[in-house]
Amino acid sequence: MEESNHLTFDVAQLRVVRGGNETLKSISFRAVPGELIGLLGPSGSGKSTLMRSLLGVQAITSGSARILNSEVGSPALRGRIGYMAQGSAVYLDLTVEENLRYFAGVLHQDPIEVARVMDVVALTSFAGRLVSSLSGGEQTRVSLGIALLGSPRVLILDEPTVGLDPILRRDLWRTFGDLARTGVTVVVSSHVMDEAARCARLLLLRDGMLLFDDTPASLLAISGASSYDEAFERLIEGAP
Amino acid sequence: MNLHRTLLTTRRILEQLRHDPRTIALLLLVPTALVGLLAWTLTNQPGAFDSIGPKLLGVFPLVVMFLVTSVITLRERSLGTLERLFTTPLTKADFVAGYAIAFGALALVQSLLVSVLSYTWYGLAHQGVPWRISVVALLAGLLGTALGLALSAVAHSEFQAVQFMPAFILPQLLLCGLVIPVVKLPGVLRVVADVLPMTAAAHAIAPLQSNWYYMGQFAIMLAYIFVALAVGAASLRRRTK
Repeated sequence: MEESNHLTFDVAQLRVVRGGNETLKSISFRAVPGELIGLLGPSGSGKSTLMRSLLGVQAITSGSARILNSEVGSPALRGRIGYMAQGSAVYLDLTVEENLRYFAGVLHQDPIEVARVMDVVALTSFAGRLVSSLSGGEQTRVSLGIALLGSPRVLILDEPTVGLDPILRRDLWRTFGDLARTGVTVVVSSHVMDEAARCARLLLLRDGMLLFDDTPASLLAISGASSYDEAFERLIEGAP
Repeated sequence: MNLHRTLLTTRRILEQLRHDPRTIALLLLVPTALVGLLAWTLTNQPGAFDSIGPKLLGVFPLVVMFLVTSVITLRERSLGTLERLFTTPLTKADFVAGYAIAFGALALVQSLLVSVLSYTWYGLAHQGVPWRISVVALLAGLLGTALGLALSAVAHSEFQAVQFMPAFILPQLLLCGLVIPVVKLPGVLRVVADVLPMTAAAHAIAPLQSNWYYMGQFAIMLAYIFVALAVGAASLRRRTK
């Protein structure tokens, strides 16, 4: 077996041009199962485009991106990647349980999976509530619950902790860490630096280019900064 | 296409509507009330409702279903649920068929309600069989749904979708024979009118024609429904540029 067969992600010279703008410029990286990867960068740096490319819902201009040995967007990958978009992407006029039941059905999951996931995201007591009547944090948990249906080996989460209170953020990051320890590859985008420090590996994007790909500790060392926020600013502003 | 995923989608849409009783009431009652109002306005003109009423039985379901479907599918795009669905095994055909069945069922209830009330309370005396008018109302509702799905690909917002309604529907209303009989239209317009779906609906309701003629008009409406559904499915993009 080739070494690349064990990779969760194998992205090589990925380029995406959207509306005449080069949103992603030759992105390359690889990842193995169990990695917790923080995807960082200012707004407009290409984080969402990269995530959507990996999910197969964004057309790729050139280069290649493979997940679990399949080209992104191939039918073989459909339903095998848990996805949480920016904004909740759930049906506001359905109850929590109806949302989960519909997506579980589409993914050919057992109805028992709905109960399991509601427990994981602590929404069991909200099962019969309409999503529109829930708080922002609760809606985010519904969306995360849908991403967790069927225990996918890959999770792609686009700014899942935006606008949440510190306690909830801590709990979510704990969940991400627990999942990574069971061998799930988790990619979490954020523009909050102190959060990203919880990841084992950081990818830093600016203007569609990958500026940095290493551990949080090495980010501090390279930039010579005393805090993650400062390191982030230096890299974003300082690099050519 | 997968029947299981299609029916799950249908059920999900009906569940959404169940949580929104006001929309259901508007869907079912507005066309019914409009036909009732028409009957009322024509009380002093014997026979007038019998000739105009049946034609409008096809128009109202089409307009209402067109609006509702285009807005609800656009909402699915703007909320991100459509993109999420496209990361799952759900196909475009499953999605479109799920909508067509859900709104087709609503169109059926709507058409039965309008027809039954027309023949009883509103006092419609039409030279024709009541079931034919129900079928036309049902097909018109389905056609509205199919056109709404196709349009939601073109419109970029719910605001635009609502504005497409007069552009899409009103010309058909003018040409379908409701205002001026199709045979009396100027040459070019007559040719255009003859290929419009609403004209087929109006023809299918016209009295004193052969069964073959009616079947032909139903077939034209069905063809439009399938073409519009196919366009709707084809215009959905799993991958955006």
